[in-house]
Amino acid sequence: MVPAIEWGVESLHCVIGLMISGLIATSATQQTPPIFQPGAPGAATRMITAAEALELSRTGFTEGDVRFMQHMIVHHAQAVEMVALLKDKGSDPTVKRLGERIAQGQEAEMLIMESWLASREQPVAMAGMDAASHAGHGGMDHSAHAGMSAQPLSETPIMSGMLSPAQMARLVAASGAEFDRLFLEGMIQHHLGALEMVDTLQAEPDAAEDPIISDFLSSVVADQNSEILRMQSLLSDLLPDAQTSPPTPAN
Amino acid sequence: MIVRTLLLSSVAAMSVMLGAASASAQTQILVPDARSTLSAGLHDAGQAASNLTLEYSVAPPPGFFDPEALFAPTPRSDDDEDAPRPPQPEVKPKFTPLALANSDMAMSDGRLFVGNFNGFNAYDVTQGEPKLVMSVVCPGGQGDLSVHGDLLFMSVEQNRGRLDCGVAGAEGDVNAERFRGIRIFDISDLNNPRQIAAVQTCRGSHTHTQVPDSTDPKVLYLYNSATSGVRKTDELGICSEGEPDANPETALYSIDVIKVPLDRPQDAAIVNRPRIFADAATGRVAGLWQGGRIGVAAQNTAQTNHCHDITVYPERGLAAGACSGNGILLDISDPQNPTRISELFDPDMAYWHSATFDNAGDKIVFTDEWGGGTQARCRAEDPANWGANLIATIENRQLRGKSFYKLPAPQTAAENCVAHNGTLIPVPGRDLMVQAWYQGGMSIVDFTDPSKPFEVASFDRGPIEADRMVVGGYWSAYWFNGRIYGSEIARGVDVLRLAPSDLLSAAEIAAAESAIHDEINPQTQTEYKFADTPDVAGAYADQIARATGHDAALTARVQAEIAKWRAGTVDRRASQSLATALTTAADKATGADANRLKALAGIFGRLSAA
Repeated sequence: MVPAIEWGVESLHCVIGLMISGLIATSATQQTPPIFQPGAPGAATRMITAAEALELSRTGFTEGDVRFMQHMIVHHAQAVEMVALLKDKGSDPTVKRLGERIAQGQEAEMLIMESWLASREQPVAMAGMDAASHAGHGGMDHSAHAGMSAQPLSETPIMSGMLSPAQMARLVAASGAEFDRLFLEGMIQHHLGALEMVDTLQAEPDAAEDPIISDFLSSVVADQNSEILRMQSLLSDLLPDAQTSPPTPAN
Repeated sequence: MIVRTLLLSSVAAMSVMLGAASASAQTQILVPDARSTLSAGLHDAGQAASNLTLEYSVAPPPGFFDPEALFAPTPRSDDDEDAPRPPQPEVKPKFTPLALANSDMAMSDGRLFVGNFNGFNAYDVTQGEPKLVMSVVCPGGQGDLSVHGDLLFMSVEQNRGRLDCGVAGAEGDVNAERFRGIRIFDISDLNNPRQIAAVQTCRGSHTHTQVPDSTDPKVLYLYNSATSGVRKTDELGICSEGEPDANPETALYSIDVIKVPLDRPQDAAIVNRPRIFADAATGRVAGLWQGGRIGVAAQNTAQTNHCHDITVYPERGLAAGACSGNGILLDISDPQNPTRISELFDPDMAYWHSATFDNAGDKIVFTDEWGGGTQARCRAEDPANWGANLIATIENRQLRGKSFYKLPAPQTAAENCVAHNGTLIPVPGRDLMVQAWYQGGMSIVDFTDPSKPFEVASFDRGPIEADRMVVGGYWSAYWFNGRIYGSEIARGVDVLRLAPSDLLSAAEIAAAESAIHDEINPQTQTEYKFADTPDVAGAYADQIARATGHDAALTARVQAEIAKWRAGTVDRRASQSLATALTTAADKATGADANRLKALAGIFGRLSAA
């Protein structure tokens, strides 16, 4: 499989290969020990060149990795937007505090994702859309706010794992305990969506091999799982009559 | 290293304390010094050394350095700075900067083993300057390694890891050729290292720790600490994920205990996955910290569903687990069945990362890898007790947090910096630890008084680049038989030697340099024992002389006797009377000084009877 992002990799490798050969020739007088690449358990070991050693270290990244990061930024932006609503509309202080934490966490992860994309010279926004207006589709647009939308809002999220425009509109319209319930249910759905995005990416060939993205995925999974757990327990504590089983991600 | 969620909190001026469970000493004040403003460069960065001498600096060997993974060469221009120039594209690494990162180290039989995300290197250090004797390439990261006789163990955690040390075709979420776990190499022949076993685990292996069997020398256990995601059941049948309430069999919330029969290491296998985080009263598997902040100004502490690293002290039957959201103490008298006896939580700890016992086994230095190691966390504006060491004591087998210690000099935003791996420096009478702080350099801390840690020596380089964070710095800084070895992520291996100062005397250094262990795996601690020598006696004497209000006349007598001893003559009667005087003084003294006087009395007592 070929990493989708090329960087003109092939030609560069040739140049580097020559440079490395030069280095080896220089250091051959110092009798640098050979480089071994062991085989599978029980199989023979072979010797490789320094250029081959470097080649084995190079992970690169795939278009899927880039798409995932761009998508996840939009996804996280919706969570931040939901928490912004919580400030005015929520009622329970514990839910508000939890929301603050979630927003902080999501914002921090957005910075990591933006920096990952920027340092690989990839656009932060997905092709054909920008993150800010995209998040706006989720429910902050004023027609939905005022209930003056000419057409019924879509029940289909713009991306899997996010709340649909209609769901966001219901959140905007709600307040008090009803808002808390919709917020917790919505955020659980939202977080489950992130977990599913991680699963989908990991199932792709060659995806998530960059150690930084791989560690990032681990921390996303750990954080979202623990937040889902807390939200579920909060949901059952605060609203014993409400339906507490997590909604399945809409996709 | 773990890339974790960062919380952009303002300084925690008011931590929410948890009473006795919390380290509650005064917050350290970080003061800029020469380390704070060093010039940048990969090979020519400015250096600042305090009470340490850099003896050797060995660049990565061929095949273990990739300029394209750090940065591409910056086009230079001699143009006037003010002259208008077309905007230059920012130069970026083309491959992950961690692709060839040097990681953890071990020492065996005069050889230094340096782990790497792409394999490992072995150096002969018997002649001082490290001489490369073997390079092995086997991708999978992070390359945390340990050595036992002819066997080398290596942790593999990445999805790209393959059974055959290659990378071809390691795709899909289920792949029979994938390897995540612990590899075992036979290194008896440096001209033909061979992989002889590969123990697959559910979350791979981030770090591992050797634990000898208490009775059977032919059995070695490995405690495997794994931090990444759980593999699919279809790939490895023993694995499934989820929270334990929903899935009691979940691979989260445990460590792996691997049994290695040393006469048939190819039969190594997991023999236990103990639930060491379970609630002591209810048995609930997820019994420790569930993640998040305990208060508005507190750290966002990770959920305790794994250990990042475990350090064992077999002679004490104890293990210290640095387990994401908690520090824990384990009874390992039955190594196959470790059981938790105490745990610690602290609102200022984000991610409990590693642990080091003192020589007596009654203190533990825990580190907090806030930000995961790839972030600048030692800037002047960062809280002084975040990303620091938490120094704890063990009293009646219970952990108590006493104080924090952070690298005392702020670093720039271009330097990834946070508390990382270290070992004890065996100075009799004191608890000293040398420790890596990534691009913060290395720092030696005295934690003899667990409430008042202070710095004794340091070494640092400037950032790799001045204006841009390029991940680098010391992964580990370890004392191995008289020298400090630093594994620099990007720059190779450094060897440093202690230099005498008011804070550490020549005799104390000589005593430390005389304590030799043939095999050192830092996460498997063995007790340092000191012979009766003039240097060891001199070390205690120098320490006593530093105490305010010490008996100057007695100290002078001690130094005089040590001088005679050095010269080859022992006055038995004078030694006997000195031993008596020192015992009397010890009875009046307290704390570490009483112990030093007692130890010195013991030495002179034995000398008089010899």
